[in-house]
Amino acid sequence: MAINWFKYSSPASFYFLAGKMIPLFTIAAIILFAVGLYIGFFVAPTDFQQGEAYRIIFIHVPAAWMSMFLYVMMAIWAGIGLAFNTRLSSMMATAIAPTGAMFTFLALWTGALWGKPMWGAWWVWDARLTSELILLFLYIGFMSLQAAIDDPRRADKAGAVIALVGVVNIPIIYFSVKWWNTLHQGASVSITQSPKMATTMLTGMLIMSIACWMYAIAVILMRTRTIILERERHTVWVGELQGVTK
Amino acid sequence: MLPAQPNGCNSPDMSLWVIQRDLLLAMRRRADVLTTLFFFIIVVSLFPLGVGPEINMLRTMAPGVVWVAALLASMLSLGRMFSSDYLDGTLEQMLLSPQSLSMLVLGKALAHWLVTGVPLVLMSPVLGIQYDLSTEALLVLTASLLLGTPVLSLIGAIGAALTLGLRGGGVLVSLLVLPLYIPVLIFGAGAVEASAAGLGAGAHLSLLGAFLLVSLVLAPWAAAVSLRISME
Repeated sequence: MAINWFKYSSPASFYFLAGKMIPLFTIAAIILFAVGLYIGFFVAPTDFQQGEAYRIIFIHVPAAWMSMFLYVMMAIWAGIGLAFNTRLSSMMATAIAPTGAMFTFLALWTGALWGKPMWGAWWVWDARLTSELILLFLYIGFMSLQAAIDDPRRADKAGAVIALVGVVNIPIIYFSVKWWNTLHQGASVSITQSPKMATTMLTGMLIMSIACWMYAIAVILMRTRTIILERERHTVWVGELQGVTK
Repeated sequence: MLPAQPNGCNSPDMSLWVIQRDLLLAMRRRADVLTTLFFFIIVVSLFPLGVGPEINMLRTMAPGVVWVAALLASMLSLGRMFSSDYLDGTLEQMLLSPQSLSMLVLGKALAHWLVTGVPLVLMSPVLGIQYDLSTEALLVLTASLLLGTPVLSLIGAIGAALTLGLRGGGVLVSLLVLPLYIPVLIFGAGAVEASAAGLGAGAHLSLLGAFLLVSLVLAPWAAAVSLRISME
């Protein structure tokens, strides 16, 4: 018997699948966060150069990874939605954006907290910091464009165009900022030559990354479910959910 | 009288026709063109008042200030690129025409550049003198603006097309378009600094040229897709 690969591309059936998946990812996220934070705070040794302040990398690095990864995922879903006109893909893209922006903000915020004791400044115009800030602008642009459009289908497609244009531009922006930074040798602060990391530190960081990933999936699925309900509120199946018969 | 629309489906003719038409319309409303230019001049002249008249500092700031002002001036005039045609229904007829929409958008973006970008390029040496730039720096600044401002119009066309007919479109377009302008800003202002540092502006100008070629190919297409989305 052939498997129907497209069964869950229908918002109605995906709604229930997501409902079943959310508890799994939530539990995984809670357990992994607990393990990761335990390793981060109690098992990982104190860094001989940076003291205790380095421990912020256990949230900073995963947040920075997630911020970039989620932008690409958002663009992929938005692109699929634009190309194949599938409503659910565009809903996924819309649901990813706030989580991605949150991780971008978190990466900037924890970076500032780490920068103050390490570099003596909350903010330096380092290439990575600057491109992370621009990434936050791109997320905000995507969300405000979608928020400004009343018709959801037009919002999906317009958002897809700006997300794809952003993805094409991200490498260009990253390298421009990098070269700009090397031209201005003023600050001369580099976080690229990090000292070799102890294995426990790396383990803690990887576990925290997976925890962030699980958290992101759970939250995005919840948001997708909400978007589905909002957009499909006039359909029969949503009515049946609420016990209203049409 | 408007130039006659080309009969055939030859796309470059379409671009030329749109450019002619937009230039003629701009000439009928010269105040709009001058407003953008004076905005540019005023913003550049405000900076010395804000940071003080110390000439060494102004000299190092000049390329960045002129470029940021050019970015803002180009962005502020984006709203005019499609909106009047959208309001009087011309844009809808253009979408229905058998000619390629990308070529039409290309014509619109080039007309926008001729009306807003070229006056800025011509004015920039005068403003550079205000900041006591050397002759060589003035030349590099003008060359970088000449290569960079068309990129601004082309990228801006995407933002203008996406925000067509939206409430608060003017502020929104700045959120969408300004982050995408950053590479142009970096290499445009960087060209002048590199030549002042004795490195030569060649690498920066080449990169600006590369941006121009890439955006000439990709931006009209993306803007055409956006227009179809906005006009559905």
